[in-house]
Amino acid sequence: MSPAISPFALFFASIFTSNILLANFLGMCSFVSISKDMTSSNGLGLAVVVVLTVTTGVNWAVLQLLQALGLVYLRFIVFIIVIAAVVQMLEMIIDRVSQTLYMNLGIFLPLITVNCAILGVSLFMEIRDYSFIQSIVFGFGSGLGWWLAIMALSAIRKKVDKAPVPAGLKGAGITMITIGFMAMAFIGFSGMLQVQ
Amino acid sequence: MSDVDTRPGAILKNNLWTNNPIFMQVLGICSALAVTNLLTNTAIMTIGVTLVTGFSSMTVSLLKGFMPRKVRMMVQTLIIAFYVIIVDIVLKAYLPEISRNLGPYVGLIITNCIIMGRAEAFAQSNGPVISFWDGVTSGLGYMGVLMLIAFVRELLGFGTLFGFQILPESFIPWTIMVVPPSAFFLLGFVIWAGKSAMNRQGAPA
Repeated sequence: MSPAISPFALFFASIFTSNILLANFLGMCSFVSISKDMTSSNGLGLAVVVVLTVTTGVNWAVLQLLQALGLVYLRFIVFIIVIAAVVQMLEMIIDRVSQTLYMNLGIFLPLITVNCAILGVSLFMEIRDYSFIQSIVFGFGSGLGWWLAIMALSAIRKKVDKAPVPAGLKGAGITMITIGFMAMAFIGFSGMLQVQ
Repeated sequence: MSDVDTRPGAILKNNLWTNNPIFMQVLGICSALAVTNLLTNTAIMTIGVTLVTGFSSMTVSLLKGFMPRKVRMMVQTLIIAFYVIIVDIVLKAYLPEISRNLGPYVGLIITNCIIMGRAEAFAQSNGPVISFWDGVTSGLGYMGVLMLIAFVRELLGFGTLFGFQILPESFIPWTIMVVPPSAFFLLGFVIWAGKSAMNRQGAPA
């Protein structure tokens, strides 16, 4: 059965208290490397929002089909293929529709196929038995949360770059600690809203 | 990277230390940090990752002659997914409790960048046996760092190790160690320690 959480609460929970990145550690790889540059962060964040919303919806439908056929154990492979296909299609559509958007977003799309956040959200959706509406809202909210987190981090890193940091801590080390502080701030809201 | 040293000993040292997947390359932390609050979960998870890395590197290496270059990413992902499904089914069958705790993170081994990274960087251009070894040692390097983080988190967060009470009852658990931020802090410190030690050795990064 679908959990009884209103889509509205779910939306805010997935942006703030259960931020896919800061509470569930998903999408870290590209997060750490891309957040060096603010423009790229913005582009990637936007792409994640679009891809997450679409793939979570499509994967929800696919999961119903797999359950009806008793093939749930194939879900990992099927989810990955769906994600790759959706990303490919989006790339073609964007290329057709808007060249400017393609220039801004296009290069990030292939990177997204291997972003753990995308697969992670689909797997959470399966484990928590979300309904269709809940899945879409969860996907969209998680994407926004990821976007918010990467923008915030890249802004902070701009300042940190100029700070005198011990040699061994430069780069990845200090970034991790910065993310830790961000996570504390986000999780501070969790008294208000919880999502299972 | 054509001048990679392919002797087994050199690979071991490289993957465990000088080129450690976590603190030198910061790869594959996505699926891993979430499970480091308990040692048992971490151990199972990292064993899973090690096996998947080893076998998928071997398979990629075996198939490298037949794979068209254009679709190789997709084929590699499917190979990895195949092994992850096996790990998932085995866990569900023999360790249902842990399987529930790990939740979606078993499936997320698929998108763990270490596995794809080893397949691309090493298995593409080397024989199956040595690729298997390379995958397994990378997994072990990864395991070492995560077990260290899990050790600290479980000891200070619950006062236990592998579920056994270690610290006296009077010890007040540190709540911070149970929640996600501590994983980021500890990883930051591990990276710091690792890099500093490396710099002292004077090894070129």
